[in-house]
Amino acid sequence: MKPFAYARPGSVAEAVRDVTAEPNAVFLAGGTNLVDHLKLGVARPELVVDVRTLTSREVSDLPDGGIRVGASVTNSELAADRRVRERYPVLAQALLSGATGQLRNVATTGGNPLQRTRCVYFQDVTTACNKREPGSGCSAVGGYTRYHAVLGVPAALPDATAPETCTATHPSDMAVALAALDAQVQVLGPAGARTVPFVDLHRLPGDDPSRDTVLEHGELITAIDLPPLPAGVRSAYRKVRDRASYAFALVSVAAVVAVEDGQVADVRIALGGVAHKPWRATRAEQALSGRPATVDSYRAAVAAELAGAQPQPGIDGGNGFKIPLLTRALVATLRDLTPEA
Amino acid sequence: MTDLLEPRAIGRDLVRRDGVAKVRGTATYAYETPVDRPAYAFPVQATVARGRVTAMDTTAAEALDGVLVVLTPFTAERLASTEDREYAVLQSDEVAFRGQLVGVVVAETSELARQAADSVVVTYDERPHDTELSVDRDDLYRPDALGDGAESDTSEGDVAAAMAAAEVTLEHTYSTAMYHNNPLEPHATTALWDGGQLVLWDSTQGVHPDRAAVCEVFGLAEDQVRVVCPYVGGGFGAKGEPHANVMLATMAARAVPGRPVKLALTRQQMFTLAGYRTPTIQQVQLAADHRGRLQAIAIDVVEQTSRVKEFAEQTGVPTRMMYASPNRRTTHRLAALDVPVNSWMRAPGECPGMFGPEVALDELAETLGIDPIQLRIRNEPEVDPETGKPWSSRHLVECLREGAQRFGWADRPPPRHRDGDWLVGTGVASSVYPTQRMAQSTAIVRYEDGRYVAEIGAADLGTGTWTTLPQIAADALGVPVEDVEVRIGDTRYPIASVAGGSSGMNTWGSAVVEAARTFREKFGRDPADGDEAENSVDQAAQDEDHAPYAFGAQFAEVRVHADTGELRVPRLLGVFAAGRIINPRTARSQFVGGMTMGLSMALHENSVWDDRIGQVANHDLAEYHITVNADVGDVQAHWLDEHDPYVNAMGTKGIGEIGIVGTAAAVVNAVHRATGVRVRHLPVTLDKLLADLP
Repeated sequence: MKPFAYARPGSVAEAVRDVTAEPNAVFLAGGTNLVDHLKLGVARPELVVDVRTLTSREVSDLPDGGIRVGASVTNSELAADRRVRERYPVLAQALLSGATGQLRNVATTGGNPLQRTRCVYFQDVTTACNKREPGSGCSAVGGYTRYHAVLGVPAALPDATAPETCTATHPSDMAVALAALDAQVQVLGPAGARTVPFVDLHRLPGDDPSRDTVLEHGELITAIDLPPLPAGVRSAYRKVRDRASYAFALVSVAAVVAVEDGQVADVRIALGGVAHKPWRATRAEQALSGRPATVDSYRAAVAAELAGAQPQPGIDGGNGFKIPLLTRALVATLRDLTPEA
Repeated sequence: MTDLLEPRAIGRDLVRRDGVAKVRGTATYAYETPVDRPAYAFPVQATVARGRVTAMDTTAAEALDGVLVVLTPFTAERLASTEDREYAVLQSDEVAFRGQLVGVVVAETSELARQAADSVVVTYDERPHDTELSVDRDDLYRPDALGDGAESDTSEGDVAAAMAAAEVTLEHTYSTAMYHNNPLEPHATTALWDGGQLVLWDSTQGVHPDRAAVCEVFGLAEDQVRVVCPYVGGGFGAKGEPHANVMLATMAARAVPGRPVKLALTRQQMFTLAGYRTPTIQQVQLAADHRGRLQAIAIDVVEQTSRVKEFAEQTGVPTRMMYASPNRRTTHRLAALDVPVNSWMRAPGECPGMFGPEVALDELAETLGIDPIQLRIRNEPEVDPETGKPWSSRHLVECLREGAQRFGWADRPPPRHRDGDWLVGTGVASSVYPTQRMAQSTAIVRYEDGRYVAEIGAADLGTGTWTTLPQIAADALGVPVEDVEVRIGDTRYPIASVAGGSSGMNTWGSAVVEAARTFREKFGRDPADGDEAENSVDQAAQDEDHAPYAFGAQFAEVRVHADTGELRVPRLLGVFAAGRIINPRTARSQFVGGMTMGLSMALHENSVWDDRIGQVANHDLAEYHITVNADVGDVQAHWLDEHDPYVNAMGTKGIGEIGIVGTAAAVVNAVHRATGVRVRHLPVTLDKLLADLP
C-alpha cells in the first residue's frame, strides 16, 4: 500500500485530462477490484481519478432499436432493466451469475470489463508475474492453473521465464455476454471519442501480458451499446463453477441462436474462463451456420473450436478438464436453447 | 456416577444474551477496543521458504513520517524463552517457512504501518526448501505422541493374517486436503505495555492459556499480565493456542511503552501465521466375513508437521474405538517440512480420521450388498475396544435409526437415479467425538445487589457461553436464570481452561456447579450482599470407569448435474447423541455449523499447496472456497434425549466439534450412489466426475 492522490473532477473531459496528464494515474469506478489491488500492492498509482458520478447512469434506447448503457449503470441495475431481461437474457443471466448482490450493487458497466485477472500469482506481489511486473516471468506455468486459459495460449507448454508468457483468464461474466452480443464500446480519450467493438476491446497477451485491453492511457469507457437482435433469436448464459455462488467461472458459455426450418440461421457464441479475453467462438459459429440444429452439429462445432485448445498442466492435475467440461456446457446450452432440435 | 442437575433453566431455548449488542455493533472485539492514541503494527514476512536473513534495510521505512519503530531479528528484544519456536519471533535470522515473521513496523496509522512494512528490504541467503508431503518419503517418522497425547501406534491381533484369511477385504488410500480455519474475525490484538504491566485485548479461545504463554515467552509474572476477550468472531481451534501474532503484538507494544498497539492479521497472513489442518493420507484396510462383521480394521496415516514445532494430528484415533474388530492397527507417520505451523482445527483427529474409514465402510457395504446402516450396526462394540471399559453411554445405533427414519432412508433412490438433468444419491456416515473435561477451572459465585453473579475466565467464540453458563449456574443455585449474571473473558476472573476439545461447557459448567454448591453450603438460601464462594472442577471425582463419547449419524442427499458434474446438496441431516443439551437454540447452531463446515470440506475447502514456492496459492477467501447457502438446501440437526450420569453434573458431552465429523464421508458416499464414482481424495470437485457422467 502506498499513498496516492485522489481527484473527483467535475466532468468526464476533465477526468480524461487528469489521467492523461499523470502517467501513473487510474480511473476509479465501483472500485470492487481496484481497491483490493491498492491494498495488495498490485496497483500502485500516484493518482486515482473517481468517475463514478461523471459517466451516465442511464440505460437509453438507440434509434436502431438497440440500447445504450451508461458506464456508471451498476451491474444490479442493468440486470434488472426490463429491456435487458426481455431482449438480452444472456446479459441479465451473466450479470446475475457474477460476484454477490453487494458487489453487483457497486460494480459498474464501465468498470466490470476492465477488472483484472484473478490469477493467484498476479494478486500476490511476492511471486513472479509478467502481467503485474513485466519481464519477471510467469509463476502460473506448472502452478495452480485451475482457473487458467486453454485457448489463445501457445501450442507447447509455455516458458515460465519468457517475458511474454501469461496464461491468465479474464474473469468477467458480463464481458462474455457482451462479446456474444456484438456490443460496441464508447470511449473518450485524449484524442477524442471512438467506438471499439467489444470483441476487440480485450487482447491476447501477445508480447505484452501487462496490457489487458486496447485502451490507451487516459481512455475512459463512457457507455456500452447493444445492437438490436433479430426476431426469433434466443440467448442464454451458462456458468459452471466450483461453488454455487460467489465464484469465478471454470468455464462459461454465452450463446445467441436462431433456428429456422431446423437449420441454425444465426449463432453467436462467446466463452468465458478459458482465455485471456472473452473468447468469441468464431470457428464454432462458422461450423454451425446453416447446419441442422442438432446435438451432433453442436458437438462438431465445439470440436472445431477446441481443436487448438491447450491444457495447462499444474497442481492437482492442471486444467485439462476444461476441454470436456466446455464441450458439455456448450452442447447443453445450445441444446436447451433449441428444444425443437 | 453423578446426580445430574435437575434441569429447569437447562434445556430452555433462551436467546443469546449478547445478541443485541452484537447486532447493534456495540460488542467490542479485540481490535476495536477503545484506547487512547493507538498505534498500529504491520508484520514483515519472509518471502523465501528456507534460508537466512542476511540483511534488513529499514531506512526507507524509518524515514516515513509517523513510523514509530521498526523491529527486525537484529534489533528486537531477546525473549525470556525461545523453547517454543513458533513463539520465538524475531529471535534468529533463520527462515523456516515462507511467511515467517521477520519484522514488524509500528506507526501512527494502519496504512502507514503497511506502507512502511512494504518498504523494508530483506536480503536472504536462500536455501532449497522441502515442502512436499508424500507417502514415498524416506524420512517419515513416528511421533513420540499425538496431538491429544495419545500414543502414535496401536496394534491388536494380526491385521495381515486377517486380511489374508477374510472372505472380503478392502484396501484403499484416502486423503483429506490442507484446510485453514478461517474464522471471520481475523487474529487480532490490542496490546498495551505500561509501567511494567501488560494488557492484551486478544481474540482468543482462552484468556488464561493465552496469558500463560505470553508470560512464559516474555518472562513476566502472571500478575503483570491481563488478557481480556469478551467476544470472539470464531476460532475453530485457530485461536486455541496463541500464535506468533500475539507475541509479535506484545513485542511491538513493549517497544512503544504507554502506547496501545493494534495488530490484526490480514486474511492472506492467516494462511501462514494462524495454524491449519495438515493434509492427511490414510491407507485403510478392512477385512470382513460375508455378513459384514469386521475381522480387521487398520488405518496408516501419513501427514505433515512443521520443522519449527511438532503437531501430530491424531487422525487414526477414532479407528481405535469406533467399531468392533478382533484385529486392529493404527499408525501415524509424519513428514517434518519447511511449512507453517499446523495446529488445532475443529475436531483435530476425528474430522479427517472419520473420512477414510467411513467411506471404506460404504465401499464394503456395497461389495457385500449390505445396507451401510446395517453394516455399522453389525459392528457395534459392546464395550470400548480401545480400553475395554463400558461406554458411559453410546447411542450410535439409535442415531442411525432415528436419522434413517427422519431422512427417509428406506425410500432412497436406486444407484445412479436420474431426476431430469440431475443424478441423485444419498449417503450416510457415523460421527464421534470424545467427551472431555479439562483438569483446571475455577469459578466464583457471589450474591451482589440482589442477584447471583458467577465469574470465570471462560470464552464465548460465538458459541453461546454468555447464555448457557447462566443456565447451568441457575440450576446449580436453584434460582431463575434471570437472577443470574455470568462474567467471562477476562483473566481478572478465576482461571478457566481453553475452549477446545468440546470441553468448555463440561469444564466451566462443572466449576460453576461446584462453586454454587459451596456457596449454598456456606450461605444457605438467604445470602447477604457480597457473600461469595469459590470452587473448582473436582478432578478427583471424575469417573474413570467408563469410556465417554458423543456419537452421531449424518445423512446427505447429493445432486450431480448430468451435463457438467456440478454438485448440489439439497439435504443434510444429522442426529446426535451428545448428552444433555443446555440450550437447543445455541446447540442447533453449533451442530449445523459443524455440519456446514463438514460439507465445505467435502465440496470446496482446499488450501492448494504450491511446492515450488512453498506456500498456499489460493490464500484468500475469493479463491479458498467455503460453502455458501446456494450450495445446500435443508440442513437439519436433531438430537436424542440422552441421559449420561458419568460425564459431569450437567450430563453434557460437548457439541462444538462432533457436527463436522463424518459429514464429508456422507457426502462422498452420496456422490457415489448418484454417479458410481468413488472419490477418495477430497474435495469432491466436478472434474473428478466428468469422465463418468452420462
